[in-house]
Amino acid sequence: MSQHDILAEIEAEVAHELEDERPPAGGPAYQTVGALVGLVIGVGAAILAYGYGLGTLRQPGPGLWPFVVSVVIVVLSVLLLVVGRGLDDSEKFTRSSALAAVGAITFVAFGLLMPLTGFEIPAVLLCIVWLRFLGGESWRNTVVISVLTTVVFYFLFLYGLRIPLPHLIAL
Amino acid sequence: MDLNAFLDGFALVVEPKNLLYCLIGVLIGMVIGVLPGLGPAATIAILLPITYSINPVSAIIMLAGIYYGAQYGGTITSVLLRLPGEASSVVTVFDGFALAKQGKAGTALGIAAIGSFVGATISIIGLTLLAPVVADIALDFGPPEYAALALLGVLLIATIGNGNMLKSLVAAAIGLLLATVGRDSFSGASRFTFDSLQLADGIDFVVVAMGLFGVGEILYNLEQRHGKPHVPAKVANVWPSRKDLRQSSGAIGRGSVIGFVLGVLPGGGAVLASLVAYAAEKRRSKTPERFGRGAVEGVAAPETANNAAATSSFIPLLTIGIPANASMAMLFGALLILGIAPGPQLVDEHPDLFWGVINSMYIGNVLLLILSIPLVGLFVRILRVRPAILAPITALITILGVYTINNSVFDIFLMIGFGIVGYLMKKAGFDPGPMVLAFVLGSLVESSARRSMLIFGGDPTGFFTRPLSGSILAIFVVVALLPVVRHFWRRKSARVETAPGVAEVDSHSGPGDVGVAGDDGGSDVVVLPADTLDVAGVGERVRVAKSGAGQHDHHRTE
Repeated sequence: MSQHDILAEIEAEVAHELEDERPPAGGPAYQTVGALVGLVIGVGAAILAYGYGLGTLRQPGPGLWPFVVSVVIVVLSVLLLVVGRGLDDSEKFTRSSALAAVGAITFVAFGLLMPLTGFEIPAVLLCIVWLRFLGGESWRNTVVISVLTTVVFYFLFLYGLRIPLPHLIAL
Repeated sequence: MDLNAFLDGFALVVEPKNLLYCLIGVLIGMVIGVLPGLGPAATIAILLPITYSINPVSAIIMLAGIYYGAQYGGTITSVLLRLPGEASSVVTVFDGFALAKQGKAGTALGIAAIGSFVGATISIIGLTLLAPVVADIALDFGPPEYAALALLGVLLIATIGNGNMLKSLVAAAIGLLLATVGRDSFSGASRFTFDSLQLADGIDFVVVAMGLFGVGEILYNLEQRHGKPHVPAKVANVWPSRKDLRQSSGAIGRGSVIGFVLGVLPGGGAVLASLVAYAAEKRRSKTPERFGRGAVEGVAAPETANNAAATSSFIPLLTIGIPANASMAMLFGALLILGIAPGPQLVDEHPDLFWGVINSMYIGNVLLLILSIPLVGLFVRILRVRPAILAPITALITILGVYTINNSVFDIFLMIGFGIVGYLMKKAGFDPGPMVLAFVLGSLVESSARRSMLIFGGDPTGFFTRPLSGSILAIFVVVALLPVVRHFWRRKSARVETAPGVAEVDSHSGPGDVGVAGDDGGSDVVVLPADTLDVAGVGERVRVAKSGAGQHDHHRTE
């Protein structure tokens, strides 16, 4: 038997191994949207790049390179739109996708709060939300870990690394 | 090779401070290899801001340690939980978990650790000898070669990496586009800045990497994490017996060579190497039916190969300045932050860094061997830490880290933006790896291409008539066209042949049964033609995450 048979078998085996744990695939709509986003980015960037001036090959303008890249994006996205509908590599948004959304929102909230209140309060809040509501930890664990984490970060950043984070509590 | 510089490098590494950073690096690597969630590329991305506050050599030593340390850690979960921590440990699952079920988890871990150590060390010796030579050759490269090489690198990552090739190429092209945001270095004109002052200087690589890899993976993991906690098997007697060692010594030797050679290839070097090494052992074995049922060689070969490959993937980065995978792209970015342009001049201009990093790997691997044989129990215990507890801590490290780069809240929001993009890309089946890689190489491609056009007086055929850049572009064309050719070839052969398809179709047979399919006389070689470039097909079809970000995606759904 040739080595490549075995390689192919093992590949299939690995694929099967990974298959077990994969969330449900998203289907053709996901593929179409993905390709369309690429297309929109490509077309938009091509128009903008054209506006920056293409120049000539001998004297390229600032827009030439981005224009070339944008055209490549457009071509590839169109190809993807045509041949990619049947792919199964996307993942359906499910109820648990809300967890990721909440996570993103806490990130944004942290960014908004930190300049106003220093990093301690948002850090404790972020930990509480992630541990208790996203992670399902007990309240006791949540409080202990949140406070401990914030304290460690306080000393690590302000005293260990001497990085001037905006902070509320001055020691 | 400059022996003095080599020895100076050692002197540098054994400085207590650098030893400490090396230890911290490999320790973090082991831990994240064991823990579900972040892969090495994401971890390095999150820790990039630290390069601003510690000295360059220490920083790179530490970040490199994370990368090769993760390869050791990934083994532990493969063997104990049947959950490969890294994509390159997937094949280890077959025999490793079988051994664990027979109560021989310790043997599997011990052999894997020894194999990893030998493979990595042989590979570092290869790196030590080969890297300066390659760098020397690469000194002759001019802008056209760099433009062609960087493009080839991006293409190879997209082809060999995980996921659909077309999608990876779209992501890579968008990465190239992102790199053009900001002031054009030739004309001074602003591009894609939308009159934002913050964007005028372009987008910071660290912000993009931390967003796409770090935040993207953190958000993705939040969604995936709703499983039961895993209780690992008991580990006793990690020291392999003489018989086990004798049985796997051949596998370790061959795995080292296979890993070293394949690791140099851009893309999924470590993943591919582990597959090929396992296949090679099974093929050589007089008793192939043992494979999948607890053959020690089946653990030794892939674990040796993936470590050897992880090590040799430093060669393209340190010698020609082209990162071979997402983790190397992170190191590339870290070097740029430190004001060091990775490339052939590195060995001459920064011998301390060049030899410091290479030599730190000798020591790092000794440390890892100690961590993974006598101290393995410690890491098994880490498996019991719930991911929910670590998630907010990584989130805080990321958010505070990105702020510290420029003391800028804008960077936080930009990073979150890229994080959401990274998350959505994962959901839609796009691998963010090629995008980050193309982003980091983007300005090199553009400026080299434009300089070349100046050299050629505006005649693009110059790229093809120059022997060096011409050959690189020829490889580029072959790599680009290969999947298309193979697609049609396979279609044709699928129509002609029916029976030999067993190997591919019968993916549900247990690993112990695979020997059966091979008995048909090898008439299905067409499935995978026997050329080196065919490696492209492996990662592509299997869709194994490449050795960078996101390797936890599909098989670490804890």
